[in-house]
Amino acid sequence: MFFMRLLAGVSSALAAVVIAATAWAADLSTLVTNLTTGGFGEREKAIGELVASGEGRAAPILEALAAGQLYVRKADTVVVIGKADGNKLALTEAVSGKPAGSGTEAELDRVRVNNRLRGLIEAAVGSLTLMSPDARVRRDAAESLFKRPDPAALGALDSAIAAEKDQRIKTAFQEARAAVVLVSDAPKPQKLEALDVVRDKGNRDALSVLQAAINSASDPEIKAAATAAAASIRQSLAAWEAAQNVWYGISLGSVLLLAAMGLAITFGTMGVINMAHGEMVMLGAYTTFVVQDIIRTSFPHLFDASLVIALPLAFVVAGLVGIAIERGIIRFLYGRPLDTLLATWGLSLVLQQAVRSIFGPSNREVGAPSFMSGAFQLGQLTITYGRLWIVVFSLLVFAALILVLRKTPLGLYMRAVTQNRPMASAMGIRTPRVDALTFGLGSGIAGLAGVALSQIDNVSPNLGQGYIIDSFMVVVFGGVGNLFGTLVGATALGIVNKFLEPYAGAVLGKILVLVFIILFIQRRPRGLFALKGRSVE
Amino acid sequence: MITRFLWQGMGPSLRVGVLFVLAIGIILPLLNQLMPASSAFYVPAWVLQLIGKYLCFASLALAVDLVWGFCGILTLGHAAFFALGGYCMGMYLMRQIGSRGQYGNPLLPDFMVFLNYKELPWFWHGFDQFWFAAIMVVLVPSVLALALGWFAFRSRVTGVYLSIITQAMTFALMLAFFRNDMGLGGNNGMTDFKDILGFSVQSDATRAALCFASALVLAIFLVIAGAVVGSRFGKALTAVRDAESRMRFLGYRVEGYKLFVFVLSAAMAGVAGALYVPQVGIINPSEFSPGNSIEAVLWVAVGGRGTLIGPIIGAFAVNFGKTYLTGALPEVWLFALGALFIAVTLFLPKGIVGLWAQVRNRGTVRKAKVPA
Repeated sequence: MFFMRLLAGVSSALAAVVIAATAWAADLSTLVTNLTTGGFGEREKAIGELVASGEGRAAPILEALAAGQLYVRKADTVVVIGKADGNKLALTEAVSGKPAGSGTEAELDRVRVNNRLRGLIEAAVGSLTLMSPDARVRRDAAESLFKRPDPAALGALDSAIAAEKDQRIKTAFQEARAAVVLVSDAPKPQKLEALDVVRDKGNRDALSVLQAAINSASDPEIKAAATAAAASIRQSLAAWEAAQNVWYGISLGSVLLLAAMGLAITFGTMGVINMAHGEMVMLGAYTTFVVQDIIRTSFPHLFDASLVIALPLAFVVAGLVGIAIERGIIRFLYGRPLDTLLATWGLSLVLQQAVRSIFGPSNREVGAPSFMSGAFQLGQLTITYGRLWIVVFSLLVFAALILVLRKTPLGLYMRAVTQNRPMASAMGIRTPRVDALTFGLGSGIAGLAGVALSQIDNVSPNLGQGYIIDSFMVVVFGGVGNLFGTLVGATALGIVNKFLEPYAGAVLGKILVLVFIILFIQRRPRGLFALKGRSVE
Repeated sequence: MITRFLWQGMGPSLRVGVLFVLAIGIILPLLNQLMPASSAFYVPAWVLQLIGKYLCFASLALAVDLVWGFCGILTLGHAAFFALGGYCMGMYLMRQIGSRGQYGNPLLPDFMVFLNYKELPWFWHGFDQFWFAAIMVVLVPSVLALALGWFAFRSRVTGVYLSIITQAMTFALMLAFFRNDMGLGGNNGMTDFKDILGFSVQSDATRAALCFASALVLAIFLVIAGAVVGSRFGKALTAVRDAESRMRFLGYRVEGYKLFVFVLSAAMAGVAGALYVPQVGIINPSEFSPGNSIEAVLWVAVGGRGTLIGPIIGAFAVNFGKTYLTGALPEVWLFALGALFIAVTLFLPKGIVGLWAQVRNRGTVRKAKVPA
């Protein structure tokens, strides 16, 4: 059959081919006609014959039958496939696949089908599409056969394996074949061999195939082998699940890192408690929303670049607001950390209410650009692109921040002012200016975090509030004044959180983490990576 | 004799404060009960309810001031103690409903029937007795404060770290109380109260009594706080606030001082919460939200930290403003609250009470040390 299709696909010049093609078309038309006549029992047989013929047209015909779209035209008893087109049906000849005009339901007889036939067809189509020229269809067919193995498909699978060139699809076929062998009445050695193949596949579907094998096996040896294989799969699945949790944890950690990094600058190096830090994040998110809004209405073709455009803007907006806060409020409160805390809390209320007045209290929609939507599989891991980009982005911001602190004059001044303010001042550094810029940098990074968070969280006036306590926890846990501590703290808290969730639930997990940090601070009041020095009180 | 001793120990402003609070607590309920509704002096029940609520807030503010103003511990979690006291009272009130609930279950409160509880959770036993609930109102916040304080003060967690820990504590409690399987009503909390000590919570007489009780409790707290602050212990406490390390080097066990005042303050907050719940008729987990605790700190800051009268003035002033603004101009309230935070810390470090002194000698007060 494969041969024929190949030739037919290349050309119809050769007479032999034409004859052969006509021959199978004639043969096919009888098979199809058989489908439409007789009772359900006879139709079942006809479906079997059609499948056994291995015709290329068989799959679409059977699919149409299952969907109730196969009709017999009353006028000339031609079997047609009808697809809804307005209030009429667009018809194609079932056998040739040529268009056959249109018709109404009244001019046609629907070929009736019951659930038993539908199930039969579903399994049959799985084996039929094994030969499809489209690699994805073949792969899906192998997958569906694996999930619902049908002994009748064994022959089709064998020929498909022989013809397959793509190694990955071939493996999929072999796995499907193994699943089929397990449900068939093949001899024991073959079944044992098949068990190995299924075990090597090692995902949840393989586990359910093995479970079915365990339940149906009469031979104790097969049963034992299947049980062992299932156990080994469970073990590897548990490992994958742990890996998936680690990934979720890293992903959560990267979010925490983004939110906490700015705080690590303002709180960690300047010692300023900025309770309005979360609102800087919120401003970043709203900047993203405004940018996308403008792009949507004026420059739709730029939509994919919206986040990239929003990044510098968010940094600037949040940074400027930060500088204004420092100049307007915080600089009068240096040396009074508790007062700073209260004043910035008040500020956060004002900012929230301001945003609420301007943009309204409800959530705002921020779309994902195309490169951030979708997901891919890595082994048994499902990784969404959005999360992956956020992890990458947070690491980039982290690296950039380290570079700024270590390699630029501003970073040098910042470190100098943090370590010894009077001396830095005596050396000619304008400390108030450095304070303002440091605060602006910390706030700007919070704005960047807002752009990322707009992708995974609701953009609402309360966006920042949800992160402020977590961020403080990360900074305190990691060690104040130490950026690497913040990185480790964020990742560790993220992973711990995600590992607790399945056992304790999301809320209880969070509570446990908070309790853990409270206890941890008792042990090490200066955090995981405390700065050792003489700057005590 | 003890009363006379306490009375003599109190400063003049504190005496005025105690008398004033008691006067409010006696005169307003009496006017409500004795005057006919047509009289110009009649005080409607909703005013009593409002004043009673403010009095409870004032007690909370006093509790916050005791740790913050006099010991330098900025707690951002005092609303948690307040809410815990409130929950203990709420549990008592729930048990008093008995079979009058929607589902008519004689033992289980409505929300438990709704959530398919088969029997009363163990920690609900005993709450049908008022004396037990009253003990719990004091005990539960105290024990929590003792545990937290013992850990925190012993390992010398101070300043903003302590503030953040207390905030994390109230945040964690809020999340916990939002859970339905906590057995405390989940996010709806507890409401639909009927009786307290056999009197209907809806009746005017009960309202009047509760208002009086709140005033009495506040007055007692003022006396207690005055006694604590005025004693040698109080002097040491203030010294801990101003120079903790020096006190330690002088041989004082700083942890002990802090722990005592922290637990005392938590117990006061718990009692305030317990009086608050029957007056507002509901308790739910949002009482734990960190914002509430910080608001309580603002009352103290507005009134004047480190004074005993200040927090009461602050609680009344801010809450009056809140009641008025949330009714008249709801949009403006958060702006006003936020601006108040900023203005008070920038321009009024000693609050309303310190305003007069500040105006009188501008230069000197600005330089005076403000408890951080």
